[in-house]
Amino acid sequence: MTKELKKLDEVTIRFAGDSGDGMQLTGSQFTSTTALLGNDLSTLPDYPAEIRAPAGTLFGVSGFQIHFGKKEISTPGDTCDVLVAMNPAALKVNLHSLIDGGVIVANRDGFNDKNLKLAGYEKNPLDDGSLEKYQVHAVDITKLTTNAVLDLGLSTKIAERSKNFFALGMMYWMYTRPVESTVRWIQEKFSKTPELVEANIRVLKAGYAFGETTEIFHAHYEVEAAALKPGTYRSVTGNEAVAWGLIAASVKSELDLFLGSYPITPASEILHELAKHKNFRVKTFQAEDEIAGISSAIGASYGGAIGVTTTSGPGMALKTEAMGLAVMLELPLVIVDVQRGGPSTGLPTKTEQADLLQAVHGRNSEAPIPVLAACTPAGCFDAAFEAVKLAIEHMTPVILLTDGYIANGAEPWLIPPVKSLPDISAKFRTDPNGFFPYMRDEKTLARPWAIPGTPGLEHRIGGLEKENITGNVSYDAENHELMVKIRQEKVDRIANYLPLAKVDGDEKGDLLVVGWGGTYGAIKTAVEEKRRQGKSVSHLHLKYVYPFQKNIGDILKNYKKILVPELNLGQLALLLQAKYLIPVIKLNKVQGLPFRAIEIEQKIDEILK
Amino acid sequence: MKLVDKILKDAPAIPTKKYIAKDFQSDQDVRWCPGCGDYSILAQVQRVLPELNIPKHNLVFVSGIGCSSRFPYYLDTYGFHGIHGRAAAIASGLKVARPDLSVWVATGDGDGLSIGGNHFIHICRRNINVKILLFNNQIYGLTKGQYSPTSEFGKITKSSPYGAPDHPFNPLLVALGAEASFVARSLDRDPKHLQTIIKRAAEHQGTSFVEIYQNCNVFNDGAFSTLTEKETKDDNIVYLEHNKPMIFGKEKDKGIKLEGFTPTVVSLKDGKYSVSDLIIHNEKDTMLSFILARMSNIPELPQPIGIIYAVARPLYDDVVTEQIDKAIAKQGIGDLEKLLKHGETWTIK
Ligand code: SF4
Repeated sequence: MTKELKKLDEVTIRFAGDSGDGMQLTGSQFTSTTALLGNDLSTLPDYPAEIRAPAGTLFGVSGFQIHFGKKEISTPGDTCDVLVAMNPAALKVNLHSLIDGGVIVANRDGFNDKNLKLAGYEKNPLDDGSLEKYQVHAVDITKLTTNAVLDLGLSTKIAERSKNFFALGMMYWMYTRPVESTVRWIQEKFSKTPELVEANIRVLKAGYAFGETTEIFHAHYEVEAAALKPGTYRSVTGNEAVAWGLIAASVKSELDLFLGSYPITPASEILHELAKHKNFRVKTFQAEDEIAGISSAIGASYGGAIGVTTTSGPGMALKTEAMGLAVMLELPLVIVDVQRGGPSTGLPTKTEQADLLQAVHGRNSEAPIPVLAACTPAGCFDAAFEAVKLAIEHMTPVILLTDGYIANGAEPWLIPPVKSLPDISAKFRTDPNGFFPYMRDEKTLARPWAIPGTPGLEHRIGGLEKENITGNVSYDAENHELMVKIRQEKVDRIANYLPLAKVDGDEKGDLLVVGWGGTYGAIKTAVEEKRRQGKSVSHLHLKYVYPFQKNIGDILKNYKKILVPELNLGQLALLLQAKYLIPVIKLNKVQGLPFRAIEIEQKIDEILK
Repeated sequence: MKLVDKILKDAPAIPTKKYIAKDFQSDQDVRWCPGCGDYSILAQVQRVLPELNIPKHNLVFVSGIGCSSRFPYYLDTYGFHGIHGRAAAIASGLKVARPDLSVWVATGDGDGLSIGGNHFIHICRRNINVKILLFNNQIYGLTKGQYSPTSEFGKITKSSPYGAPDHPFNPLLVALGAEASFVARSLDRDPKHLQTIIKRAAEHQGTSFVEIYQNCNVFNDGAFSTLTEKETKDDNIVYLEHNKPMIFGKEKDKGIKLEGFTPTVVSLKDGKYSVSDLIIHNEKDTMLSFILARMSNIPELPQPIGIIYAVARPLYDDVVTEQIDKAIAKQGIGDLEKLLKHGETWTIK
């Protein structure tokens, strides 16, 4: 019997299970396969802070959402069309995001008495009629998995572990995706344990065949490739893109990359990724703490390398004093803060945008540092590259803000031709005649990079206030004020080197929605939807949060109202109001979760009603 | 060739010459209190540097905060006055990024063992080729006289008017416990000895740790007087020499003998013991190094001065370089195009 094949423009699937169920892996495999088919997509992993939270509990649920389609996709989706639930807890935690009439694929074996109790169900929701408004497919995934590998002689525990591949196989069938890319991945990943290669591939294919042959599913779906710009694409997460952007900057500038970093969620993958690429002469120094991470990076920059440190909020706090040192030394340095929920340890695996003021102002005294914010996973590549370029060409530390959402989220990326990347020109001083460490470039006010090993340039620098030009220690009152102003002016002048900001939508109108960083996709989706409905609303998204681009003030004046949605209590709003003296309407969410487009749409409706 | 190598290769050359101590004096006025032990340490370093045959543009002195940390300003080499406690971390990054440089750290008991204690132990265990001179004056000088992590228990200071409740660190044991490959101690008031130790520290491959007893004549005057005054020093110090028996005393009439694991003082005069009963110092003996370092905690014993421990162990900076060289030999120098296109890609026409 051939089953009906229906076409869809876009679909959102959420895989959910215990944190030990391999849902992240299942989701990322579905993502690569979907990307290879040419769909546009966006993903959101959502996992608990505990590595292995107790099985079956509500707080141990790990989820992965993928939104893909033949049209342009900017967010992982506000709601999902399909929920794959490996146990009752996964169902309970995620059901609210499933649309009415949506599909539930549940692992019936996971809905045993113990798990039902842990999830707080008195009766089995698969049988009690409470899921009537959904299309429920209860499949004995665990049993079918163990049956598929019966003759391999694996222990039950090991055999059951493959059950996520069964679910993946079913989803591949349901959305007509080929299994090959995952088969290749399994072969590589488990190459040391051939029995697991065999087991996982068999289970994956069994899941696919189950969809095809059983009576449970009546139809399957096709989502055609999106009309993306021509070129070579790959799927990339924000953390990978940061790492590659840094490497690209190292290649372009011909400078060695040095990463001093202490592992921290959700930034560690940047360290992992950079540690792999020794043949790019990347040096990764896993420091003893956050302070040593940045201090070692400053030491490396002093020696002529691109010093980088990567962290998240709590680590940013610890690096504060050293950032001030870098300001004083006027050395290039890149500090990447992958923001997470805070304060303190907060919500390590959840996203937030609440480190903005910390990045812009969070240091003792007047210590200006340019701050960039990446907007999408793929956008992290350009942002990291640009952070290095600004740091080197303006001899300053630069902060790059990303967040847990774009760091872990993935999307297709049009790989830029290497030739198209801008040059980065480091200006090393070698001439001892007339050299002073704090003499400056007239335009940028950058001081010379005079690295140890250069004959005749021996000099001393440090955290004490410098005398203008000579760099000698100076406690002189007027000199101090002069130096404070010069350091500020140097950072302010960076605005002269930034491209002007561009608005999506009309250049004038009733409402401008101003966002920054990782809320890009949600705001874009919301504004586009409202524009389709004929509303006078435009979107401005800031990549440069300090200093602002030169035309921001002019742009803001062209709209009757300004809405600033942020995953904090209004930090960009504060900066915009302070700088441009304009009223703004705030939309704030601090739940450890990204905005849903609908939340922004509702706010727009409320303002424009 | 990488840009930095190119820049340094093409930099205008400076005529080479044989340095003298004076060549290492910077143009800055030295601002330590008159009579401070730091002057002697600076002078000894300036005397040793010419003997190392390292062009002065390849020398970098990194420091943290404190009286000791003003050190780099007074040396005509590259100098980096960092932030409190972080010199070891800054120096680690610099040395790993630039293994061609000779990197030194000047620190104190507060900077290196209190606020910077974490970085100190980790640079030791990594064995990064950095030379650490720790000026131990057992007091906070720059902040005007609080007790430090090496001040004696019960010490009366501004911040401990009823006596310090803290038990002190023994820096040698901290370094040994942190797996340092070179651990030595010298005195500001013994210039010749200090010079020898600095030279050995410079020649050692790996993290070299030198504790220098330094007199702060303003806030802790005389802390080491029994070790530096003529009348008492010979009876209170035992100079360690590799492969030599541990003899000391004005008349060279006393020695250190091991009773089980406990070092004890024996007289060589009364005929009961001879030189052959004494400990023969061995810089490479790990067990012995701990016993010798512990001697400073026992008031009845003389303080060991000299090289406690010196062994060869793989260098962190070498390992990093080797891994890179190997990766390049195996995979070729990194190709950005290839990196961005590795794994699964797809093309849209
Ligand atoms: S306070 Fe003490 S250690 Fe500091 S310079 Fe004066 S004498 Fe030397």
